[in-house]
Amino acid sequence: MILAERRVTLKSRAQVETMRRAGRLVADVLDRLGEELRPGITTGDLDRVAAAMIREAGATPSFIGVMMGAGAPYRHTICVSIDDEVVHGIPGRRRIESGQVVSIDAGAIVDGWHGDAARTFTVGPVPPEVRQLVQETRRGMDAGIAAARPGGTIGDIAAAVEAVALEHRYGVLREYGGHGIGAEMHEEPFVPNYRGFGRGRRLEVGLCLAIEPMFTLGRAEVRVRDDGWTVATADGSLAAHWEQTIAILPEGPEILTANGRDVSLSGEASV
Amino acid sequence: MAKKDAIEVEGTVVEPLPNTMFAVELENGHRVLAHISGKLRMNFIRILPGDRVRVELSPYDLSRGRITYRLK
Repeated sequence: MILAERRVTLKSRAQVETMRRAGRLVADVLDRLGEELRPGITTGDLDRVAAAMIREAGATPSFIGVMMGAGAPYRHTICVSIDDEVVHGIPGRRRIESGQVVSIDAGAIVDGWHGDAARTFTVGPVPPEVRQLVQETRRGMDAGIAAARPGGTIGDIAAAVEAVALEHRYGVLREYGGHGIGAEMHEEPFVPNYRGFGRGRRLEVGLCLAIEPMFTLGRAEVRVRDDGWTVATADGSLAAHWEQTIAILPEGPEILTANGRDVSLSGEASV
Repeated sequence: MAKKDAIEVEGTVVEPLPNTMFAVELENGHRVLAHISGKLRMNFIRILPGDRVRVELSPYDLSRGRITYRLK
């Protein structure tokens, strides 16, 4: 079986600059949602806040219209995935409660270029192992980003992310991963969070990637719920998900979904 | 937003089926049942027998796929 040619696109300095603007907006949106997140707010409320912010900035939500599998197109600005939900949770009437683990994923298009990022928050007090899962998933992402150096390969990123998960024997999702990003949100290459597929494509200057580990406290198997989108752990174990959009530049990786504020404080939301 | 890992292959459309499904013969001779991706549908790209297409297969069910691109 001959695999179809998988094209990657390399971005110019000017294109990366536009993606920086998209990324900054996404970081601002996630900062704001982190402030809004508290018990009693609905996931739909969070979605409306994000949609208004993106519209006010003259930008467009990346996720609306995205197709995955055979289901209907996605209709919301953000994904909110709670507890055993890993990614692609659909916002709606569900209310946030204390003790939950909440992943919020947002994307925006500025002048035709995408930024895509996610953070996981804990709401109120959670057991230490849950807190650690959230922090270590973020560390997995940071390790993946640090490994995204020109001349390296996709396999270097995958190995760096997986190494963090292996320390704690976390489950690492296999059928979902990071991706190339640019004028499309989902571009080639696929960026797995585990090793075992060879070294993968070489990382060239101008390649832009979304690096996004998804770790669980249990097994790696997931199921897509009947809504056609929500990806939840098969064993019901809790999951965390962090994502940044980066550009590979001659001097190394640069996080594009950044606004100068430190996201390390965003790993928890106050009650 | 996480991307779903999928296997991409090329093939030739053999026959149109009901519900905008198509039988596609892959280069290795296998036949798969494929539906059209939303993007092709939105852009009203017509798929006809004999067209070369790119098909995304699910790693779990290699007999079904999604046509993501019509090759020239």
